[in-house]
Amino acid sequence: MEAIQTGKKKKLKSVSYAKWGYIFIAPFFIAYIVFTLVPQFLTIYNSFFETYRIGLQQVGPNFVGLDNYKALFTPDPDGTILILKYAANTMILWIAGAVPQFVIAMLLALFFTSYRLNIKGQAFFKTVIYMPNLIMAAAFSMLFYTLFSRVGPIQALLESWGVIDHTFDFFAIRVSVRGMIALMNFLMWFGNTTIVLMAGIMGIDQALFESATIDGANSVQVFFRVTLPLLMPIFVYCLITAMIGGIQMFDVPQVLSKGDGVPNGTTRTLVMYLNGYLKTKNLGMSGAISVIMFIITGGLGGIVYKMLSAQYKEPKRHRDRGRNVQWRYEPKRHRDRDKGGNVQ
Amino acid sequence: MKEASIRGKIQLTLLRIIVYTILVFLTVLCLFFFYLMIINATRSNAQLATGFTLLPKGNFFVNLKNAWNDASINIPRGMLNSLIIALSSALITTYFSALTAYGVHVYEFKGKKLVFTFIMAIMMIPSQVSALGFLELMNKWGLTNNYIPLIVPGIAAPVVFFYMKQYMESVLPLEVIDAARVDGSNEFRTFNTIVLPMLKPAIAVQMIFSFVSSWNNYFIPALLLDKAELKTVPIMIAQLRSADYSKFDMGKVYMFILLAILPVLLIYIILSKSIIKGVTAGSVKG
Repeated sequence: MEAIQTGKKKKLKSVSYAKWGYIFIAPFFIAYIVFTLVPQFLTIYNSFFETYRIGLQQVGPNFVGLDNYKALFTPDPDGTILILKYAANTMILWIAGAVPQFVIAMLLALFFTSYRLNIKGQAFFKTVIYMPNLIMAAAFSMLFYTLFSRVGPIQALLESWGVIDHTFDFFAIRVSVRGMIALMNFLMWFGNTTIVLMAGIMGIDQALFESATIDGANSVQVFFRVTLPLLMPIFVYCLITAMIGGIQMFDVPQVLSKGDGVPNGTTRTLVMYLNGYLKTKNLGMSGAISVIMFIITGGLGGIVYKMLSAQYKEPKRHRDRGRNVQWRYEPKRHRDRDKGGNVQ
Repeated sequence: MKEASIRGKIQLTLLRIIVYTILVFLTVLCLFFFYLMIINATRSNAQLATGFTLLPKGNFFVNLKNAWNDASINIPRGMLNSLIIALSSALITTYFSALTAYGVHVYEFKGKKLVFTFIMAIMMIPSQVSALGFLELMNKWGLTNNYIPLIVPGIAAPVVFFYMKQYMESVLPLEVIDAARVDGSNEFRTFNTIVLPMLKPAIAVQMIFSFVSSWNNYFIPALLLDKAELKTVPIMIAQLRSADYSKFDMGKVYMFILLAILPVLLIYIILSKSIIKGVTAGSVKG
């Protein structure tokens, strides 16, 4: 009897309040459709048309099918396929920053969470290493340019040490420009990764470490046999989101190289390429580049989505949730062991 | 046995020395360039021409005055513009994300699961890949050289939504909403007067993050704004790079860069603790 009544009550409730759900989520979807979804379709649509400007003259739009895509993959007179070159640049720049970023972040996360080491001043170190993440990338890049330019203090310092002479130019050497971009990306992101990985390590049941140690595992074994496997999902999550961020790399190389990707376009990224066509209003070509980038990021984003939704199960019942329910990023098979305690 | 423990202690001490060395090195690396920036912002153009130094000079306020009153780069105007955009988009993003999350969290409606899945699925798609269509559309509607396209799209912010949703699951008991209903509060009033105050910590953190990302945003504003008086700080900084560099008063250049990052730096110095907490809360359990 009681069950029927509560069931009835619930039904009544959901009937009378359901419309509020739609009302509350409506702004989000209207904004999304207007500012993202429609533009996305327009972008794809434009990629099949020839639309550009020569001076004041407007050419197109003429339907050209896949010609823009073909043009993207057609070698220029020097025999280079630009989009592949810029994709390779983007990848090199990303990897050069991401490898130290993840290695250092992993090390720091282990240092900070180690009871044996008991590092003091953690709050200070974390504050400092995270700081570059919030700094305006364009300004950070401009700062690097100013410091490393021909008239900048770094050049003067190295000259006074006799390391380089006055003809030296940081911006004429591929390795040094790429190195600067990688260094900036590293500085901007390793603190963030450290903090996320730390949270991941702290989410692992402490008893697992203890029992491994009691069983005679040394710290290297504990890392490779316990920490790393349990941390893997969050590590992969970090890696893929970093990769998606890497594909979007723009502000730093754009400002540092004045948009040219000096020297010789070797620091020009995909988004810089896209930006160039957007600036000159070549809608067809920028559309084609956008679609290609959409496919790549969409694929990577799909992996992230799968990981998120595998871990995040929306709780069915809202009542009786006394305990804090927070999404945890852990492999499923270890979940049960965690129930005992040590959740916080 | 004793020997082993002594050896262990020595090992630990050595390890600590290595770890602290690494930490100090990274700290110096993180601060070095910004330190140089501040030092160089205190030097005159002539002093800067003499090269490298780690000691401040007395030209700070002269540089500040020169940068502030520069004819070609109107930095106070740029900072005001950036401030207007960043504040409005921080408010809009957090309010509507909380609203959306509340809608999904509290109400039972058909397609709710689909809505949640959809928002999660679009979370990772970067805005650059629809930038072309976005610019076209804004152009068509006469909204270039307008701040609306830089503020209003913030209503749909999947990442902030996700954060708010998680936060509500941990702090928002539905009994409170039922109680408000019994008291005759309508749904919007309940959200605005009862729920929003309960979400204060989450809103504060997300407002900071949205403010910062809007303040630093360069790609879309640079393509959308070309009127000088509407330009934002990142556009001006990039302009500095493309201007004829050799003619510049370098003290002023350092001052421009300092001014560009100063607001965020100040926010960070004051609120670093809650900001760092907020980093993990959105993606993992902190």
